[in-house]
Amino acid sequence: MIELRLNGGSYEVEAPVGTTLADALRDDLGLTGTKIACAKGHCGACTVLLDGVPVYSCITLVHTVGEREVTTIEGLREHPLVDAFVRSDALQCGFCTPGQIVAASALVESNPHPSSEEIRHGMAGNLCRCGTYPKIEEAIATWQD
Amino acid sequence: MARLIRTEKEVEGRYEDVWLVVEEDALDPWPAGPREIVGRPAPRVTGLMRARGEARYTADLRLPGMLHTAVLRSPHARARVKKISFERALGAPGVRAAIGPGDAHVLTDEPGFQGEAVAAVAADSFARARAALRLVEVEWEMLEPLLDPDEAVRRGLLVGEASRYERGDVDKSLAEADVVVEAEFRTQTVLHNAFETHQSICEWRGDALDVYISTQFIWGIRDEVASQLGLPPDRVRVVCEFMGGGFGAKNGAGDHTFIAAELARRTGRPVRCMLTRREESLATGNRNATIQRLTAGARADGTLVALAGEYVNATGWGGWSAPTDGPMRMLYDCENVRTTLSPAKLNTPPMRAFRAPGFVEGTFGLECLLDELAARLDLDPLEIRRRNYADVTGDRPYSSKNLMECYRRAESHWQRREAVRARSEGPWKRGVGLASQVWYGGGGPPSYAWVRVGSDGRATVITAMQDIGTGTATAMTQIAAEELGLPLDRVDLVLGDSARGPYASISAGSSTTPSMGPAVRSAAADAARQIVEIAAQRYDKEERVLSLQGGKIVSADGGSWPLEEVVGLLEDAQILGKGARGPNPTGMQVLTFGVQVAEVAVDVETGEIRVERVAAIHDVGRVINPLGASSQVEGGIIQGIGHTLSEDRLLDPESGTVLTQTLDAYKLPTSADVPEIVTELLDIPDEHLTNLGSKGLGEPPIVPVAAAIANAIRDATGADVRSLPITREEMLRALREAAEKRKEERGAPAAV
Repeated sequence: MIELRLNGGSYEVEAPVGTTLADALRDDLGLTGTKIACAKGHCGACTVLLDGVPVYSCITLVHTVGEREVTTIEGLREHPLVDAFVRSDALQCGFCTPGQIVAASALVESNPHPSSEEIRHGMAGNLCRCGTYPKIEEAIATWQD
Repeated sequence: MARLIRTEKEVEGRYEDVWLVVEEDALDPWPAGPREIVGRPAPRVTGLMRARGEARYTADLRLPGMLHTAVLRSPHARARVKKISFERALGAPGVRAAIGPGDAHVLTDEPGFQGEAVAAVAADSFARARAALRLVEVEWEMLEPLLDPDEAVRRGLLVGEASRYERGDVDKSLAEADVVVEAEFRTQTVLHNAFETHQSICEWRGDALDVYISTQFIWGIRDEVASQLGLPPDRVRVVCEFMGGGFGAKNGAGDHTFIAAELARRTGRPVRCMLTRREESLATGNRNATIQRLTAGARADGTLVALAGEYVNATGWGGWSAPTDGPMRMLYDCENVRTTLSPAKLNTPPMRAFRAPGFVEGTFGLECLLDELAARLDLDPLEIRRRNYADVTGDRPYSSKNLMECYRRAESHWQRREAVRARSEGPWKRGVGLASQVWYGGGGPPSYAWVRVGSDGRATVITAMQDIGTGTATAMTQIAAEELGLPLDRVDLVLGDSARGPYASISAGSSTTPSMGPAVRSAAADAARQIVEIAAQRYDKEERVLSLQGGKIVSADGGSWPLEEVVGLLEDAQILGKGARGPNPTGMQVLTFGVQVAEVAVDVETGEIRVERVAAIHDVGRVINPLGASSQVEGGIIQGIGHTLSEDRLLDPESGTVLTQTLDAYKLPTSADVPEIVTELLDIPDEHLTNLGSKGLGEPPIVPVAAAIANAIRDATGADVRSLPITREEMLRALREAAEKRKEERGAPAAV
């Protein structure tokens, strides 16, 4: 049994050693907003924050999280980025979208007015097969509007 | 009155005659241009749920008691199972059942490609199922794989029949042509790699089966599963509320559905079968590689006199023969055309439709060849396309064609090329190229929708279609709101369940909006008609003076009443409208057209290529949602850039095993690879096509991308790239070839 600090609360998770953070969130806590698309840390769909730093939860073992605060899309539902993504049509199938928004939240936290180049390179770790990148860039550029 | 007709149905260029019951499609078309809601940008209706992580995809469903599956897939491209034993696997912790060859029709003891399903284990968790899979003991007999498409054609090993098309006299015309260009083009195998992998959950309820599946075609799954398992179709319920991408790979039930159904039957539990990314890269289809040996003959003024193409599709172990020769047959006004198309059967993973199958590949070859011809004749590439413009091909008129207007709109982008070339600097050479697009996208019947209006004055569209991420749900909501005179936020949409709505079209072949949209409009009009009839009685007016506008019933002779006032009279009763998609215009070709202009920069020392700008001008009839449409265009172009420059499903040339099974090895475009994209849609309704005049847009934008980029590369460097992806290696090869050609020309005696 381990304790997770998550989205401002505290949760107990019974997970065998070797369980990833993504599986613990999805299977044990029912937080399915975090998606798994590759399960190998290549695509970014599973992005969550650990103490504000984006990580791929599909290759993060839940037992290594320790005291760090986990933030998932469920903890960011009121973030202005959510509306910005919808307004800009920055999602198509939407499977990568929660991960994109989590990653973008860390980007704008450290740099509230990122340039086009900063967005394009800052978000390059989050793939989107539908090709929504131009609209994602627009959403992040206008997130405070 | 219901009418029984025999009509033609087209999906992705394949026509079949079908019997249909249609209702009269009596609605007048809307005038061209934006209306209150239709034709105006709308954020997608499920956007907030998706963005907040609330949308439940098949991957997110958890049924009580659900088991998980791991599938044993052939590690060899061609092999035979001599012996298989489940004894140790069945004894492993948490394992509930195991099945092998003979237990389900999708399991084989003689796999013909790496990744073909052989056996499966169901267990309490995926980890346990996977662990048990390692305990399945298989004795393999390895067989020699066939991997060379030309060799397969020589041996007559084909998937289906080779096809041949001919009009006019090609040989005679080529002999008489002023100039003949010949070239061989090759395109690679690419993977769909939708982010939600293929997966199903199957649960038996007595002799009925529930299938939760990530699919592009709820009704096709129902029919395929029912027919395979010998069930009446309505004993199979298919559910797909949110769907994480398909691009053509999810039209069928796939092996996973039948594996889950059989394991669920044996265990009496719901069973999930979800593919891993590696399995996704092997067993769920691909855009097959092609070889295209092409010839074009023209007069000195650029008029095409003959086109010929020998096409080989490296189809793989199964699938169908995509119409790679389609653009050559359809794009230009040329009297003499001959194509052959051979689908090679190989020990490689089977093809499946992938966003304009055949036409993406064939357009690359044809449109590059045309630019090589233009270069030989020193003609402007845009001019040579206008000169060979087809007002008609074959004996069928177009329902509408505005490609010439697309060319006119392309001019301002095309005229940038002097300025673009002038920005060349050091090793970075810049240039501009263009390519035309033709594709299907007319949709067709049958497709049905219901519209329910409740006493709160809200409407719900009900149809058992799927929205695979294209924004169809939003477009349908807009159409219903427009017809009912309701604000968009007073219309809901229920989709995704074959037991809870009428039959709806496949989401493939750019057909969902043109198929479903007219049915939704009909259903909304039916409901509106009934509301007007009731209101006329309630307010003592003639029906003809009443209309629905802005959530009100408005009388032309003054007076208006909120919609909820009259439908509120009914308390819990509801107005129910129903609508059906009418037939396509008889004897006409319903096609989409367009042109794209690409700007590139090439580092001639390293072979690096950057796409800097793409302008896309397409003619797809009436545009329902300009915002969603621009997203579709951008998505198609970005996928096209991946296809052109970086994506390649690589095989080990000896063993035929796949080397690129993960998303680090298989290179999808990232946000840093995206150019400026300018989208222009003509938005001219097709007056012959349905009560909407809308065609599909999912596929057209990817069709011309590779050719436009390759032609821009030629403009920048003088090099003819003829093979996809255009890696640095291919770029440097083409540059060396161009340099040698220039040297030869300089050294050769002056032309006579």
